[in-house]
Amino acid sequence: MVEFMLPANSRPTKGKSHPAAPGATRIKKFHVYRYDPDLGEKPRIDTFGVDLDSCGPMVLDALIKIKNEIDSTLTFRRSCREGVCGSCAFNVDGTNTLACTKAIDDIKGEVKVYPLPHMPVIKDLVPDLSIPYAQYQSIKPWLQADTPAHERERLQAPEERAMLDGLWECILCFCCQTSCPSYWWNGDRYLGPAVLLQSYRWIADSRDEAAGERLDELDDPFRLYRCHTIMNCTNTCPKGLNPGQAIGKIKEDLFKRR
Amino acid sequence: MASENRPLSPHLQVYRPQITSILSIIHRLTGVTLAAGALLFACWILAATYGEDAFAFAQRMLGSWFGQLVLLGFTFALFYHLGNGIRHLAWDAGWGFEMDKLRVSGWIVVLFSLLMTCVTFIAAYTAAGGT
Repeated sequence: MVEFMLPANSRPTKGKSHPAAPGATRIKKFHVYRYDPDLGEKPRIDTFGVDLDSCGPMVLDALIKIKNEIDSTLTFRRSCREGVCGSCAFNVDGTNTLACTKAIDDIKGEVKVYPLPHMPVIKDLVPDLSIPYAQYQSIKPWLQADTPAHERERLQAPEERAMLDGLWECILCFCCQTSCPSYWWNGDRYLGPAVLLQSYRWIADSRDEAAGERLDELDDPFRLYRCHTIMNCTNTCPKGLNPGQAIGKIKEDLFKRR
Repeated sequence: MASENRPLSPHLQVYRPQITSILSIIHRLTGVTLAAGALLFACWILAATYGEDAFAFAQRMLGSWFGQLVLLGFTFALFYHLGNGIRHLAWDAGWGFEMDKLRVSGWIVVLFSLLMTCVTFIAAYTAAGGT
């Protein structure tokens, strides 16, 4: 359902303000979305002054600094800090990206950090991703083949392997998924760009023999065709992948087999 | 489910408008405008069937500054929807998904629709004899 406004319990209020330590010269203000399920209060936006002279270069460095030095209750997911795990996906400065690969210097003015958009919030910057994970499971993201592998592994020509470039690199951070207005309004039935890109990763795999069934599953007004080629997904992917194009290729495959 | 008590994270409120999403929402808005415009067009033709007075009234309405403003919007909607429709056809043919091409094709559509709107209005005023 299209609902432009946030529900009453979800509208953030003005939160606490934590100025930078005295003596700091290069101060950057960070406005961070906070929600504590134990308080029974609405979400709020806290403001933290961060001294850039004693902070690493990335947005994630600033969040870690805030957690270490200012407010240890700040909750967020992070792991690899080098853009390969997909944990620290937030809405930073208005678009979705990985905090660990987003340089603070690239952001003009004050920095706003929100959880991935249009998701139920568990705490602070941690969204509930159960639905996209369930959707990912629904596309059977594994190799399906009836023919037994004749040698030790299923072989693939270099050209066939090249078909997977731009697909296998996806780290399932769900930046694209939650940048998509179609997914915001129909996330319960539309699979979304990340899951459709993953689905195409298996359709395009020369070793997979279930492309027909996979396409059958996707041939649905909601699961696939809620994509209206808005292309926010491709615009925001922190890995430079093209989910919009992958969805276009699924539509093309479905058209060709008619 | 526990998530029913959970707040929904901000979306439209915080997502910075993107060239991609703005062009897309304009495509939808111009589509709605064209549907309404088609009704207006039908009213204009119907007025002619009602007789001279009715048609003169319709002409006067459409010729007023407000009527002309509506027609200007309708003309822009027509050319934008046409141009972006061709962009959609290109995507359906598998062309133009890369971000650089998306930006270029989007700006071409915006310039095309603005230019064609101007050309149409200049042509219309010229044909009407500068009134």
